[in-house]
Amino acid sequence: MNSAANALPAAAEAFMLGRLAIMPDLSGALVLPEERTLIVADLHLEKGSAYAARGVFLPPYDSTATLAALAAAILRHDPARVIALGDSFHDRGAEERISADNLASLRLLQKGRDWLWVTGNHDPQISRAMGGDSAAMLSLAGVALRHEPDPDEPDYEIAGHLHPAAKVRMRGRALRRRCFALSERRCIMPAMGAYAGGLNLRDAAFRPLFRHGVTAHMLGDGRLFRIDRRLLLAD
Amino acid sequence: MDARADLLPQHFSAWFASRGWSARPHQLALLEEARAGRSTLLVAPTGAGKTLAGFLPSLVELAESDGRYDGLHTLYISPLKALAVDIARNLETPIREMALPVSVETRTGDTSAAKRTRQIARPPDILLTTPEQLALLVSHRDAKPFFANLKRVVLDELHALVTSKRGDLLSLDLARLRALAPKLSAVGLSATVREPADLQRFLGGSATPAGLVTVKGGASAEIGILHTASRIPLAGHTTGHAVRDVYKAILDHRLTLVFVNTRMQAEFMFQALWHINDDNLPIALHHGSLDAQQRRKVEAAMAAGKLKAVVCTSTLDLGIDWGDVDLVVNIGAPKGASRLMQRIGRSNHRMDEPSQALLVPSNRFELLECRAALDAVTEAAQDTPEPRIGALDVLAQHVLGVACSDGFAPDALYEEVLTASPYSDLTRADFDATVNFVATGGYALRSYERFAKLRQGKDGLFRASNPRVIQQYRMNVGTIVESTMLKVRLGRLRAGRPGQPGMLSRGGRVLGEIEEYFAETMTTGDTFVFAGEVLRLEGIVENEVVCSRTTTGTDPKVPSYAGGKFPLSTFLAARVRAMLASPKEWDKLPDEVSAWLHAQRLKSRLPKPGELLIESFPRGGRFYLVAYPFEGRLAHQTLGMLLTRRLERARMRPLGFVCNDYGIAVWSLGDMSAAIARGALSLDELFAQDMLGDDLEEWLAESALMKRTFRACAVIGGLIEKRFPGQEKNGRQVTMSTDLVYDVLRRHEPDHVLLRAARADAATGLLDIGRLAQMLTRIGGHIVHQPLDHVSPLSVAVMLEIGREAVHGEAADEILAEAEALMLEEAMA
Repeated sequence: MNSAANALPAAAEAFMLGRLAIMPDLSGALVLPEERTLIVADLHLEKGSAYAARGVFLPPYDSTATLAALAAAILRHDPARVIALGDSFHDRGAEERISADNLASLRLLQKGRDWLWVTGNHDPQISRAMGGDSAAMLSLAGVALRHEPDPDEPDYEIAGHLHPAAKVRMRGRALRRRCFALSERRCIMPAMGAYAGGLNLRDAAFRPLFRHGVTAHMLGDGRLFRIDRRLLLAD
Repeated sequence: MDARADLLPQHFSAWFASRGWSARPHQLALLEEARAGRSTLLVAPTGAGKTLAGFLPSLVELAESDGRYDGLHTLYISPLKALAVDIARNLETPIREMALPVSVETRTGDTSAAKRTRQIARPPDILLTTPEQLALLVSHRDAKPFFANLKRVVLDELHALVTSKRGDLLSLDLARLRALAPKLSAVGLSATVREPADLQRFLGGSATPAGLVTVKGGASAEIGILHTASRIPLAGHTTGHAVRDVYKAILDHRLTLVFVNTRMQAEFMFQALWHINDDNLPIALHHGSLDAQQRRKVEAAMAAGKLKAVVCTSTLDLGIDWGDVDLVVNIGAPKGASRLMQRIGRSNHRMDEPSQALLVPSNRFELLECRAALDAVTEAAQDTPEPRIGALDVLAQHVLGVACSDGFAPDALYEEVLTASPYSDLTRADFDATVNFVATGGYALRSYERFAKLRQGKDGLFRASNPRVIQQYRMNVGTIVESTMLKVRLGRLRAGRPGQPGMLSRGGRVLGEIEEYFAETMTTGDTFVFAGEVLRLEGIVENEVVCSRTTTGTDPKVPSYAGGKFPLSTFLAARVRAMLASPKEWDKLPDEVSAWLHAQRLKSRLPKPGELLIESFPRGGRFYLVAYPFEGRLAHQTLGMLLTRRLERARMRPLGFVCNDYGIAVWSLGDMSAAIARGALSLDELFAQDMLGDDLEEWLAESALMKRTFRACAVIGGLIEKRFPGQEKNGRQVTMSTDLVYDVLRRHEPDHVLLRAARADAATGLLDIGRLAQMLTRIGGHIVHQPLDHVSPLSVAVMLEIGREAVHGEAADEILAEAEALMLEEAMA
């Protein structure tokens, strides 16, 4: 019964944040075609092993799964630069716990392109061993890129941190998926980590960020779906 | 006089005589078995003095020891906390009147910490508790001395305990008790069951089954199907047509229990009865979602004889005597002959008076089912389910529990577990996998060794590695994982800014709880019936459903889900199919029902025994396929999900399906009749067993029901806690997180022990795949197809479910595309 959904091609749509063209991607990454840049947010690598240390043995495959999703996005868009928008590592111990295989995959992805770790609240410092450079924030074509969105940002902003998810109900069935939260001035990216939960876009935390409206670009199975805020449900 | 009467000490006989009784043969038989140290299953109808029979040997022995028994003598386990409390009260009478030196205490979730500690240090003679509390006792570090002198364990309502994961856990704890208490014998009390041998093995151990004492008969029940002047509807579950007759029956009796199958039916029936309650009869409502205090009030009023009728769900199924019930009314179909007997047993708790019961079918299919159940009860035929295969997630919980007490040697524990009858066929490989799962998660990628929960000591025993593990275990013990419940609170939602959630006004009363998935089917402004009132949904804030009262006379929007909670039992289904196939039995049915069946025979056909009838016809620009497997709603729902996938592949463009306990209807844009006629669509292939292969796997990957099943296994198995760390605030985020875990695990380690446990559950639980598989085998080569020009009489009863609960598959993108299109339309207009 996927006919209607699959009828449209999966081609991404571009939006403008000021002068910067952005294309939300089904992988949860944001593509900046003119900058040949790919942005990903909230990878939360080694979240599984962080829980394991507390006696909750979540399957130890989350970093592998997250890196595979990241690799697929990179392979598809072949960016010259990758920006990880913070909370790339779930905690300070993650760098020690990450498996040699996963670290090798990560280093392989970094080959031949610029790699920037923007620091987040979970990973305020990132060691050289993880490759790439790190910064607290940066600015691209007049758009601020930071981990935690700043409600007082006067211009344009791309951020992560909040793990936006949206919920809609159709035909009696409710569906909750990760989403990009998009307005004319701001883009909050979905979390890419395999174990990263989502915060409902109707949550109060989003309120100061989207005073003049927001659209949810929900991650479907075959493509993104643009859902008006009036259809969004609270949890 | 029974020769065994000598077994009874003189002051006991005197006490029996003082009440005008003498000890019954089965009570003496149990005394004799206990003297010999043998475990015994007592199968007896309600009112046979089962409880006293179970305790008599203990009372006699304790009387003989003259108050100097060293340690705990008897442990009593009941499925309900309330039942344990009730039994404690009932034991007081003989103990007081015979001045026995016997101490009796209960231990439940409500027992204070101080009292628990004291009970371990200085146990009473008899302790009454629940399976969950037993698990905690068995995993206590002092379990060994505590149980060392235990002589007897009494398991009440055993037939009800063994059918679930609770039974699995209980069987494991029993195995532990047999190891801890060498002098132990077990007594099981059960209602009539089809296969007592299953219970005997459960009770005594798989290789050493308990003996059997059966009490025949009792006064037979007087059961009838309600005669009503109104026509029985073709479909629906409200039983609105019969309310006046039910009311009249209540009027004619002392105290009536009106049993219904779902909370929704309970609410509807309660409302409907009060609507016509011109005599102002005290009629109350009792179901599991109501606030506990409210339920206690109703129970007390019943016991005090202040009520005329109680509308209730299965919350009142089990053995507690709340009052002098003289009529049981069963609304809707009983779904199983044994459940019917259990409910009927609630009336006239005396052996010498027949129980009175009335069956009130909601629709015509249910009437057939009631007829079948009635015949079954008359023949004393039972439909007790197959014995369970022990769940691995429950085993995992038990392994951790044993590690929390004295530790275990794997070889010895494996041997012990095999004596628990649900686990008698457990392979060593599965046992080891389960132990590994407990220790480190059991993943092929062995990366959690350093965090292991189990550590092997110098003595070779495995123990919990640190106190936090023990604490985690104790917080999460048990096998009952509630579906996420939302509190229903009175209040108003103050409007927020457009598009923003409003604020909950202060001070509303909590009325009870409803399942989250039910709340999700409603939108703000919907009216529904709860706690006997029509409420308006104002909104959902965190984990509360905020509602306001409506003005009198407001019609509730009938909830979309109104079907039975229990699927039709295999046993009754077979009887209903047989009844359809033999027209001479139709004389027993009301005229409009037999006329309905005759019309079906004329206009279409009726399936012979062993056949699956499939009809196809066009209607309103759509094409319908209706099948009548009679396998219960859950199996049909799974069937529908898989059929629509296959029809999609066959380019039939299916749009949706509906089902009830009896049949399923699928509709499509493609002409299925024509496709079958020209050989483009084969029903044999469509219903072939291979649908349980790839199609099932694909569907399970995204099925919300499967994710719910997995979550329950993850909680019971101890992978995640009931309260997931960091998310204590809101249970509903847990659902989200376990979904993520499910996705990752399924992709990376599809054979993991927890996924195997979830699949085993899916076979019998919400997805009922096992039953679907049986059906597909049964009908292979026996499909009869009847193409029609229009709806058949039989199919109407299924088709009427359309609009009530149509299922459109679960493809996420379908739903999102529709939401997206909705806004586009608006934008273009």
